[in-house]
Amino acid sequence: MKQIIFLGRGGQGAVTSSRVLAIAAFEDGKFSQAFPNFGVERMGAPVRSYCRIDEKKIDLREQVYDAEYAIVLDATLLNGLIESVSDTIIINSNKKPEEINLNTKAKIKCVDITKIALEEIGKPFVNIAALGAFAAITKEVSLNGLEKAIYQQMGSKGPMVEKNINAIRKVFEDASK
Amino acid sequence: MVKNVVISGSDAIAEAVKLCKPKVCPMYPITPSTLVPEKISEFINDGVLEAEMINVESEHSAASALFGAYAIGVRAFTASASNGIALMHEILPIISASRFPAVMSVANRTISGPINIWNDHSDAMSERDQGWIQMYCESSQEAFDTIIMAYKIAEKENVSLPIMVCIDGFSLSHVYEPVQIEDQKKVDAFLPKYNPKNILDIKNPKTFGPIAFPNSFFEFHEQEQLAMKEALKEIPLAHTEFASMFGRKYGNGLIELIEMKDAEYALIANGTSVGTTRVVVEELRKEGKKVGLIKLKTFRPFPKEEIINSCKNLKAVGIIDRHVSLGSEGAITLDVKAALKDEKVRVEGFISGLGGRDIDKTRIKKAFEILEKGGKGIWLK
Amino acid sequence: MIFMVELKFNKGAIIHDAGSTKNYKTGDWRTFKPSIDKSKCIKCGKCWMNCPDGAIRKTKDGFFEINYDYCKGCLICEKMCPVKAISHEVEEK
Repeated sequence: MKQIIFLGRGGQGAVTSSRVLAIAAFEDGKFSQAFPNFGVERMGAPVRSYCRIDEKKIDLREQVYDAEYAIVLDATLLNGLIESVSDTIIINSNKKPEEINLNTKAKIKCVDITKIALEEIGKPFVNIAALGAFAAITKEVSLNGLEKAIYQQMGSKGPMVEKNINAIRKVFEDASK
Repeated sequence: MVKNVVISGSDAIAEAVKLCKPKVCPMYPITPSTLVPEKISEFINDGVLEAEMINVESEHSAASALFGAYAIGVRAFTASASNGIALMHEILPIISASRFPAVMSVANRTISGPINIWNDHSDAMSERDQGWIQMYCESSQEAFDTIIMAYKIAEKENVSLPIMVCIDGFSLSHVYEPVQIEDQKKVDAFLPKYNPKNILDIKNPKTFGPIAFPNSFFEFHEQEQLAMKEALKEIPLAHTEFASMFGRKYGNGLIELIEMKDAEYALIANGTSVGTTRVVVEELRKEGKKVGLIKLKTFRPFPKEEIINSCKNLKAVGIIDRHVSLGSEGAITLDVKAALKDEKVRVEGFISGLGGRDIDKTRIKKAFEILEKGGKGIWLK
Repeated sequence: MIFMVELKFNKGAIIHDAGSTKNYKTGDWRTFKPSIDKSKCIKCGKCWMNCPDGAIRKTKDGFFEINYDYCKGCLICEKMCPVKAISHEVEEK
């Protein structure tokens, strides 16, 4: 079983992001579970949400304490990463990984998702786009599955769907390099 | 058409309610139950559910309108949680005494105070004596299935009691996971049209909700108790029928036994803590420990015989209670102790997960450890 | 009392014959017995409107009469009558 932590700010869409990832994994034929850190949501405040992906049915219902992956949508929140991450931390940042000062055994990957989101969507909507980086770096989920999930989750939101798909593809390419 | 989707526990309940086609849905939003009325009002607005959504001014009114809907003889539904359930307190026993087969979903949240919006079972457990059948769910799929079964069981002529379908607030109500949404025709075949014999009708007037003097109140309560006994028989029957039609089952509908055949120590749990305990049992079994798990799906009526049969050969049994009857013990612990009074097995109650504190693997392992070492039940803080 | 004797434990405490309260006659609770003097009555209907037990009926000629099967003798009708057409005496028991 793989556990993924999403760190973001209230309003940034970390919860939606974990949900889209869960749908994508399910579309890929796996079992999944997505849930927010249970609490009151405030705009701008740090928000975390979680996703579990497994080949078999997931019974575990405790909170996520240690994860394989973390996706940090806002690099200023890095210090709030209290859970231990064992594999990879994906950070939305224009810095280089070696410039990130973080005491962790996990690999650090930096992708400038905000830049791509601004180009493709015109607004700093990074939550969906970030999943492109996750797919490219971890290969836990397919780009195809993610695109299906975006249609399911955002089906009624018109041009935003296409823009997000373009952004996720661009981020996927960028992170695959 | 059968659909496989990733949805929340709340959405799963709303989808199941849609398939059961209630005609009246009086609902008042309260965290963490709000997602259910939100989704159902969406269905009604989109015209996929033909029902009257009553925007009541409180949960007291929601329960009263639920009573009214059943008095005129239609299937109805409401959802609530926490202090909302507490506000319904006055009406809940009136619905059950009138023998209306109402179904309500509860997104379990503690009863304040101090004010707290998170999960424990104190809202539903506080209403355990009001003549409502109570069923707890472990997964979104189970929540979906239990709603459909609940209408079937409640509407059995010999049962005719209302049912609370309980899902853990946030820990299930807000968790997105795969759910299979069943076909309308299949659900219709399982759940026939609701056809009550006694309804409010000006052409054939009857009196509902009369006063019962001391010379009759007793008998009416006795009837409810007998109906609860009937429910102990009807729940497994409805459950078997459901399993044969839809291919999913949850023990016998009352309890589910996990690794209990040769178990020496076992825990009894309900709600989402069952899932985590499953994982712990699997891990401890790999270490060679003879541990098991009893999932208490139905809490009211209390499946006493099933509990005796599954526990009597154990060395010790522990109960994970997400509620405490202050000044005494956990509600389930009290019932299990009463059931096992003539058996040799040691019974220890563990209070855990109050006000949203996580019931994680570490705490459950600790409970098993205490059981094995012969220790006393504690508060697993 | 009929209501107390004929006990039927219908499921859900539903009473299948409507209006069963009619079987429960409350006239014998009375200490004071009101009566209406038709010669003073102006047919205003205040006694009828204010009777808490619905024990006053309108008759075909527009006057009002008291149903002594249910009148408990509270004398609200007497208080409400604007022309003092209602008076009372102590019930003979």
